[in-house]
Amino acid sequence: MAEVLVYVDHVDGAVRKPTLELLTLARRIGEPVAVALGNGAADTAAALAEHGAVKVLTHDAAEYADYLVVPKVDALQAAVAAVSPAAVLVPSSAEGKEIAARLAVRIGSGIITDAIDLEAGDEGPVATQSVFAASFTTKSRVSKGTPVITVKPNSAAVEAAPAAGSVEALDVTFGALATGTKVTGRTARESTGRPELTEAAIVVSGGRGVNGTENFAIIEALADSLGAAVGASRAAVDAGWYPHTNQVGQTGKSVSPQLYIANGISGAIQHRAGMQTSKTIVAVNKDAEAPIFDLVDYGVVGDLFDVVPQLTEEINTRKG
Amino acid sequence: MSLRIVVTVKYVPDATGDRHFADDLTVDRDDVDGLLSELDEYAVEQALQIADEAEDAEISVLTVGPEDAKDALRKALSMGADKAIHVEDDDLHGTDAIGTSLVLAKAIEKAGYDLVISGMASTDGTGGIVPALVAERLGVPQVTLLSEVSVEDGVVKGRRDGDAASEQLEASLPAVVSVTDQSGEARYPSFKGIMAAKKKPVQSWDLSDLDIEAEDVGLEGAWTAVDSATERPTRTAGTIVKDEGEGGKQLAEYLAGQKFI
Ligand SMILES: Cc1cc2nc3c(=O)[nH]c(=O)nc-3n(C[C@H](O)[C@H](O)[C@H](O)COP(=O)(O)OP(=O)(O)OC[C@H]3O[C@@H](n4cnc5c(N)ncnc54)[C@H](O)[C@@H]3O)c2cc1C
Ligand SMILES: Cc1cc2nc3c(=O)[nH]c(=O)nc-3n(C[C@H](O)[C@H](O)[C@H](O)COP(=O)(O)OP(=O)(O)OC[C@H]3O[C@@H](n4cnc5c(N)ncnc54)[C@H](O)[C@@H]3O)c2cc1C
Repeated sequence: MAEVLVYVDHVDGAVRKPTLELLTLARRIGEPVAVALGNGAADTAAALAEHGAVKVLTHDAAEYADYLVVPKVDALQAAVAAVSPAAVLVPSSAEGKEIAARLAVRIGSGIITDAIDLEAGDEGPVATQSVFAASFTTKSRVSKGTPVITVKPNSAAVEAAPAAGSVEALDVTFGALATGTKVTGRTARESTGRPELTEAAIVVSGGRGVNGTENFAIIEALADSLGAAVGASRAAVDAGWYPHTNQVGQTGKSVSPQLYIANGISGAIQHRAGMQTSKTIVAVNKDAEAPIFDLVDYGVVGDLFDVVPQLTEEINTRKG
Repeated sequence: MSLRIVVTVKYVPDATGDRHFADDLTVDRDDVDGLLSELDEYAVEQALQIADEAEDAEISVLTVGPEDAKDALRKALSMGADKAIHVEDDDLHGTDAIGTSLVLAKAIEKAGYDLVISGMASTDGTGGIVPALVAERLGVPQVTLLSEVSVEDGVVKGRRDGDAASEQLEASLPAVVSVTDQSGEARYPSFKGIMAAKKKPVQSWDLSDLDIEAEDVGLEGAWTAVDSATERPTRTAGTIVKDEGEGGKQLAEYLAGQKFI
C-alpha cells in the first residue's frame, strides 16, 4: 500500500491531538509514516504507533527551535525524497500551513489548506473544505505533484490502530535558507489548565456584551463547569478584556467543537467564519434580532448577567 | 540608499455580500462587489510606518487580478503608497495559490525590492500561505504573522504571537513579511490622499511581461482542482426562548437533553 507522510505536531515528545486525527485520516488513503522533528522527537513513537504509524522518521537539531519554519521544510523534503509518499498531511496550524506551503513549491506540488475531511478518490485523495465563512462546502484534489494537504483540528474522531511504529533516523541536510529567520527570543504562554481552544469539545465564548475584564470570570466559570475552553470575539479582545490567543473567528482561531456557547456576541460574518461548523450552537443575547440567533440550535434572549450564572449554578448542581 | 517596499494586495469579493461560485467553480465576481482585502490594509499601514522611519523609501502596491482589481490598488494608493503594479491577463482566471505565488514572485523580482509586505491571509481564500510561497520562490527569509514589525540597518525585526509562545524574530533584507490585524489600526485615506491617488502611476503587466507561460497558471494550469461546491444547507430554525427568570435553567435542561451535562 502507498505510504502517506504525516507531519507530527508535538510538544517535547507529547503528540498533540490533531496529529492523531491526521493518522486516522491518513489510513483511509495509505499507510501512515510519521515525521517527528525537534526535542523529544523519538518519544512520540509509542503514541504514533498506537494510532497507526507504520514508521516514525525522527530528527533533532537546534535549528528547529532557533529558526523559523524553513528547517522543518528541509526535513520534510528529505522525508519525501526517502519515502516517495502518495500524499503529505500536515496539521492546519499557522506554522503547519507555512511548512506545507514551502514544501509544495519545492516538490512542485499543489496544496490544499484547511481541509475538514479526507477520503480516497480515483485520482488521489479528495479533500473537503468549508469556505466563505462556512457557507459552502467544496471537494478538491491536488492535480499536479504529490498532494500536500493541511487538515484542521477536530476533522476526524481519533481511532486507535496499533502498528509497528519503528523509529528510523531521518537524514537531514539544512540548506542555506534554513537559518534565514532567527528566533531571538521566546516568551512561553502560561497554561490556564483549560483545554486547547481548537481541540476542545466545548467552547464557551464572550463578546462585547460581557463588558469588562472582570466580567469574563462569569464566562470562565461556565466554561469550567463544562470542562470547556474559553473563546472571545474580536470586540472583546480589542477592548483588552481577553487575550488575542482566545479570539474565535476569521483572524483568530477557527473552532469546530461539539458545543459552542456564544454569550453577548452579535454574530458578525468574521466571527461566524470561525465557529459556524460547530455541531451544536447555543447563544445568550439580549437582542432578539442579533444575527447569531439565525445559527443557533438553542437561544436565550436575555441578559447574560442573569442567564449565565444561573446556567453555571444549575450545571454544577446537576453534576452534584 | 532607498528602501524598496512591495506590498501585495488582493482584490476580493465583499465578505458581507452573498459570495458564491460560478459554473466553472471559480469565485463568482460578477454578483458581489469587490474590494481591497481588509487584512491587506494592515500590510499597507505597516509599509507606510516603515517608510516613515526610513531615510528614503518607496512603496509599490502589487495585485494579481482582473480589471476591477484596480480598485484595490487605488485604495492602497489613497492610503499613501507611491505607485502600483497590476498584473492582469485573461489567462490568469482560476489561478490557485501556487500559481499566484509564481506570478507575484516574478512581478516582485521585475519591480525590484528589499522588503515584501503581505497580509496574514486573504478574506476569501483565507489560505494564509501566499507569503511563505513567495518567500520560497524568491529564496529569501520569511518573517510572517507579525503583530509588531520594524526595519533598521537592513534588518527586519518582529513579534510573532503563536499558541504556545510569543517569539521575537529577525532576518536580513531582502525578506518577505506578513502582518496580522493586531499590528495596528490601518489609516483611512484622507481626501487629499484620494485626490493624490488619481495621479499616481499604475503600471500594467501581462504574462508575457513576466515570462510566464499561460499553461503554468489559470484554471487549466492549476495545481489543484475543485470538483464540487455545495451551499451549506441553512440551519433549521432552533428553539429560542425569552428569559423570564428561568432562562439559565431552561438552557441547562436543553444541554442535559443533548447529553452535554
Ligand atoms: C478583517 C476583519 C477581521 C475580523 N476578524 C474577527 C474575528 O476573528 N473574530 C471576531 O469575533 N470578529 C472579527 N471581526 C470583527 C467583527 O466584524 C465584529 O466587529 C465582532 O465580531 C463583534 O464582536 P461582538 O459580537 O462581541 O460585538 P457586537 O457586535 O458589539 O455585539 C455585542 C452583542 O452583545 C449583546 N449584548 C450586550 N450586552 C448584553 C448583555 N448584558 N447580555 C446579553 N447580550 C448582551 C448585544 O445585543 C450584541 O448583540 C473582524 C473584522 C474585520 C473587518
Ligand atoms: C474559498 C477558496 C478556497 C481556496 N482554496 C485553495 C486551496 O486550497 N489551494 C489553492 O492552491 N488555492 C485555493 N484557492 C485559490 C487561492 O485563494 C488563490 O489562488 C489566491 O490568490 C491565493 O490564496 P489566498 O487567497 O488563500 O491567499 P492568502 O495566502 O490567504 O493571502 C495572504 C496574502 O497574500 C497576498 N496575496 C494573495 N493573493 C494575492 C493576489 N492575487 N494579488 C496580490 N496579493 C495576493 C496578500 O497580501 C494576502 O494578504 C481558494 C480560493 C477560494 C476563493
